[in-house]
Amino acid sequence: MGGDLTESSLKRYLNGIPGVDAVGLEARAADLGSRSIKTTSKAWALDTIISLIDLTTLEGADTPGKVRSLVAKGLTPDAGDVSCPRVAAVCVYGDMVPYAVEALGAFHGDSVEGGINVAAVATAFPSGRASLAVKLADTADAVAAGADEIDMVIDRGAFLSGRYGQVFDEIVAVKEACRRADGSYAHLKVILETGELNTYDNVRRASWLAILAGGDFIKTSTGKVAPAATLPVTVLMLEVVRDWYRLTGEKIGVKPAGGIRASKDAIKYVVAVAETAGEEWLQPHLFRFGASSLLNDVLLQRQKLATGHYSGADYVTID
Amino acid sequence: MSFLEYAPAPESTALLNLQSEYGLFIDGEFTAGSDPTFATISPATEKHIATIASASAGDVDAAVKAARAAYDTTWSRLSGRDRGKYLFRIARLVQERARELAVAESLDNGKPIKESRDVDIPLVAAWFFYYAGWADKLDHAGLGANPRALGVAAQVIPWNFPLLMLAWKIAPALAAGNTVVLKPAETTPLTALLFAEIVQQAGLPAGVVNIITGAGETGRALVNHPDVNKVAFTGSTSVGREIARSLAGTSKKLTLELGGKGANIVFDDAPIDQAVEGIVRGIFFNQGHVCCAGSRLLVQENIHDEVVERLKVRLGTLRVGDPLDKNTDVGAINSAEQLQRIRQLSDIGEAEGGERWSPACELPSEGFWFAPTIFTNVATSSRIARDEIFGPVLSILSFRTPAEAIAKANNTPYGLSAGIWSDKGSKILAVADKLRAGVIWANTFNQFDPASPFGGYKESGYGREGGKQGLAAYLAPASSASASVASASVASASVTSASVPASSSRSVRASKGGKK
Repeated sequence: MGGDLTESSLKRYLNGIPGVDAVGLEARAADLGSRSIKTTSKAWALDTIISLIDLTTLEGADTPGKVRSLVAKGLTPDAGDVSCPRVAAVCVYGDMVPYAVEALGAFHGDSVEGGINVAAVATAFPSGRASLAVKLADTADAVAAGADEIDMVIDRGAFLSGRYGQVFDEIVAVKEACRRADGSYAHLKVILETGELNTYDNVRRASWLAILAGGDFIKTSTGKVAPAATLPVTVLMLEVVRDWYRLTGEKIGVKPAGGIRASKDAIKYVVAVAETAGEEWLQPHLFRFGASSLLNDVLLQRQKLATGHYSGADYVTID
Repeated sequence: MSFLEYAPAPESTALLNLQSEYGLFIDGEFTAGSDPTFATISPATEKHIATIASASAGDVDAAVKAARAAYDTTWSRLSGRDRGKYLFRIARLVQERARELAVAESLDNGKPIKESRDVDIPLVAAWFFYYAGWADKLDHAGLGANPRALGVAAQVIPWNFPLLMLAWKIAPALAAGNTVVLKPAETTPLTALLFAEIVQQAGLPAGVVNIITGAGETGRALVNHPDVNKVAFTGSTSVGREIARSLAGTSKKLTLELGGKGANIVFDDAPIDQAVEGIVRGIFFNQGHVCCAGSRLLVQENIHDEVVERLKVRLGTLRVGDPLDKNTDVGAINSAEQLQRIRQLSDIGEAEGGERWSPACELPSEGFWFAPTIFTNVATSSRIARDEIFGPVLSILSFRTPAEAIAKANNTPYGLSAGIWSDKGSKILAVADKLRAGVIWANTFNQFDPASPFGGYKESGYGREGGKQGLAAYLAPASSASASVASASVASASVTSASVPASSSRSVRASKGGKK
């Protein structure tokens, strides 16, 4: 871009990004959603979906017991089928991180080594309405407790009132708070809360902003605001990471979260990833589903593919 | 394995209930033709589908006679409301048999099932619903009170949207009170013959719709028949010229919808990702067998390279293959003859200095196939920038200023369609105002709606199809009404209203629909 990154240069840059035609984007998403994924492709997609899930519980009523149960489910999604892959991570509130880490024990680790990561929401999730000091403390606390990934929220108020620099600086600061004692960093997912950004143009600007500020992942939603993840928004964010890769050679991840409950819908996202960013994005370091009830539906579909008939809700465990 | 090699998801042909042989549909019945039969084949496999009758001059005469008799004795005497009932019935039958019609269309034409299923057939139903609504409101069609029908309409349609073009022709003609003799294209007669079955199912009075099959000779005999009052033709400019010449000096009314070389103009402030989608839809939709295709891409020079690069990436994800596979994006070329023409023009494009590029894609060994192709470095004088290729071939040119874009877009003997891509509304309106094309799309391409008139400037033809304007092609003002027609409209009250066909035949069809 040349020159120093100032509030005004950032604003100029973000406002200069080509616009998004809403009708065209939604038509493209609908077209991707009409792919017919059958037999072997479906089997592969279902297993891939499981391996990309951030199995999530984000309730005020969460307890250590609930988190342990979630971890057990993540490790062995289908008790009756050892070939079933593990989820990518469990996603919990910061104070639940120690229980998740403890429950995982030796299985705490990256999915490429057969483990499961612990992701924690931080920065006064879901509203983000707290001072920067509190947000940073929230983040550092979760990282110190063993969180591998931090899901932060951006300050939507600042973004919508045009204070891009403030949003940028906060992401940079939170990224720094992700630094562990050994100098490594917890992965930073930046939640844009697209349901509050109102326009696709804003989603695209916020995506660029989050990436420029150092986010490792861009994530659609907290799951606490409707609409949460939608296919058009996800396609748009995938286009941004594709363009960023084209520009810099760096691969940024995308995480749609909230509202994806059916395998059928999740498969549409898998198609969108493969045809927009490329198949190489279909791995846990570059794509995640933030979901809780999706897993059981995928398990039912998986059993159906294997046996030829549907079993029923009582043949998969509630977590 | 690669996920993107999606496992085959073919639409089943089991729901088709095709005859091995089809006759001519004259006066409500299928009858054998007098000329030697011909075969219709699947362009994707070159496999035989059915044997089709060929109409001789005598058969054409019988069809026109049947249409004339139906016009005189029943159709012109029905009230608009009753004609509307029949059209609504046809529209509903098309919806009930939508899946079957989509499969037949893809089989016979080679277009991907997702297009026949999601575009062609729904539009066919929409066209009949739309004009059904007009049938009793002709006083408001813009020709004054009590406009009259013309009589017998001779309609000749092309092979690119076989059933949709049939709907564009038959729906307004019947709504306006005409009877028709329609000739589908030689390579794609199948859905028109299935439509004849629908006409029977709907209980339409015999002779109101006649469908005769055959080659160019049949079409020639039809449009030149002395007892025809109206000729409507969609097809190539050369045949359109021949028809116009042969009709000169007769009292027959004529509308022509001919070729095109649509310009798709992309400005540097366009929503780029959606523009790339629009470019793809503009030229690779229906294998580029679209008269209003955006076959000339005009890109502002400062984003030319970026657009071309993005376009190439996008073309890499297009799936070319079995038209009946639900994941196919680009199907088969309709005929060996058309494939030959596309190849020839592409070779000329290369010889004239155009830079040719196609994504890596494996084409089936049987059937007629042509990979999606783009040409960069194309001169405005190049033949691929001037001639209608009617295939999946895009010529890319650049421009610097809006004035240059307008000049280049208009510099064609045709004038059917154009597209403008910009986020700036004022620019879109200013440019659209200066483009000489019958339809101009802004930030989209190849969208059709029955309420919107469609037609061309210059060598793209004259007359409009669709909308209120489409009715005018099949009506004349009351002042020129002949005595016999005037008496017919008075007598309409005494004619029994449309009867409902036997419900049993409809429920059988409905149950065949299965899951969508």
